[in-house]
Amino acid sequence: MSTFDFIINNYRQVIYLIGEHVWIVSLALALATLIGVPLGMVITRHKALAARVINAANILMTIPSIALFGLMLPVLSLVGHGLGKVPAVTALVLYSQLPIIRNTYTAIQNVPPAVVDAGKGMGMSRWELLREVQIPISIPVILAGLRTAAVMSIGIAAIAAYIGAGGLGVLIQQGIDRVHQEMILSGALLVSVLALVVDGGMALIERLVTPRGIKIQQPRPK
Amino acid sequence: MIRILFKVNRFFLIMVIFGAGVAAQRTGLIDYFFDPFEYPIFIKLLGQHLYLVGCSMAIATVTGLSVGILLTRPRFKRYAGVGMYIVSLGQTVPSLAVIALAMSFLGIGARSAILALSLYSILPIARNTLAGIVAVPPALIDAARGMGMPPGRLLLEVELPNAMKVIITGFRVALIINIGTAALAFLIGAGGLGDLIFSGISLMQTDKLLAGAIPVTLMALIGDFLCELLGLWLIPQGLRLEKQ
Repeated sequence: MSTFDFIINNYRQVIYLIGEHVWIVSLALALATLIGVPLGMVITRHKALAARVINAANILMTIPSIALFGLMLPVLSLVGHGLGKVPAVTALVLYSQLPIIRNTYTAIQNVPPAVVDAGKGMGMSRWELLREVQIPISIPVILAGLRTAAVMSIGIAAIAAYIGAGGLGVLIQQGIDRVHQEMILSGALLVSVLALVVDGGMALIERLVTPRGIKIQQPRPK
Repeated sequence: MIRILFKVNRFFLIMVIFGAGVAAQRTGLIDYFFDPFEYPIFIKLLGQHLYLVGCSMAIATVTGLSVGILLTRPRFKRYAGVGMYIVSLGQTVPSLAVIALAMSFLGIGARSAILALSLYSILPIARNTLAGIVAVPPALIDAARGMGMPPGRLLLEVELPNAMKVIITGFRVALIINIGTAALAFLIGAGGLGDLIFSGISLMQTDKLLAGAIPVTLMALIGDFLCELLGLWLIPQGLRLEKQ
């Protein structure tokens, strides 16, 4: 119970830190979407490239987060942003690439060829085909990728507190340093709750954005 | 255009390796590894890191496999959905939070770090074991039953080999997450290579920082590779051919 007391007594700081955490993650996700979704669409046209891009993203994902912060620190120090929000957002954008690219790629690949053919037969240009047929059909899977990326990013952003990015990780970091149990617990609790809430929220968005015609024929992904 | 890119790929790789070498020299990383005072410390931390990963993975593999297998047995089958739900809930909890929670309950030291790491690694292994066994074609199980196999042999000779590919994927995910999270174990006093990374960040000492970050990265990449080899060893040949 004293954990809740801690949160209530420090609600200003807690709200500020939640805002910071959400800001880092949403900025990173927005950037990652801007890079990853077009990239995932481009590589559906070049099979040889697709294997390499997904492989590269896979290797990026393998690098442990704190090690990635460490590896980026000397590089980003050259432009004066070794610590703080810049390396945190950069790392999150890099990590989010794998789920976003892979899901976009598989979604566009799995659009039934008959539907694409029908679109072509109606005289759609490549761009129209993409915008009116392929993207609406694949949007649930693309959003599922974004959801995975978001939940993962929230966890990694907590570690980014150690490179001065702020966010809810600060509570855990300061709590460990001060052996302040309530502080650690409230940090851990809030990060987990944030991840769960975002997971649920994204699931809801997934359901809302899916075009109605598709929802009927395909079982909704959990 | 793309073809040209593939052609210059090898040249580009050589340039990157060369650049990395120059950077290692300029940041003092090479000097660091040859420093007679720093070198034994690095070896000790590496040993601690491997110990953390090894112990927790051993515990997690045994527990995860048995939880996954138990949940597919007829007697416990109705809890499979609930178990799956708990596991997927647990996976949204960030790794730093798990480490911090273990510390606040068990105090500092390697013991609580190993507990946190193994709890966190059980999740992917258990989930994939469950999913792998559930996905075994029912026809195969029926055929085995028809041949008069007892449940134990059915599990060992039909269900597990068929699910092995998915189980190894889960093991791989768990191993990589584990290696990365073991770097955070320094924060609760369990040592490991995270020591070099965090001290390097705090002191802004690039050579120390890289001496921790590069081995951790390499360890994760090597672990990934070893899991692929493990797959070659454990997945029966007939199943491998079928997948291609």
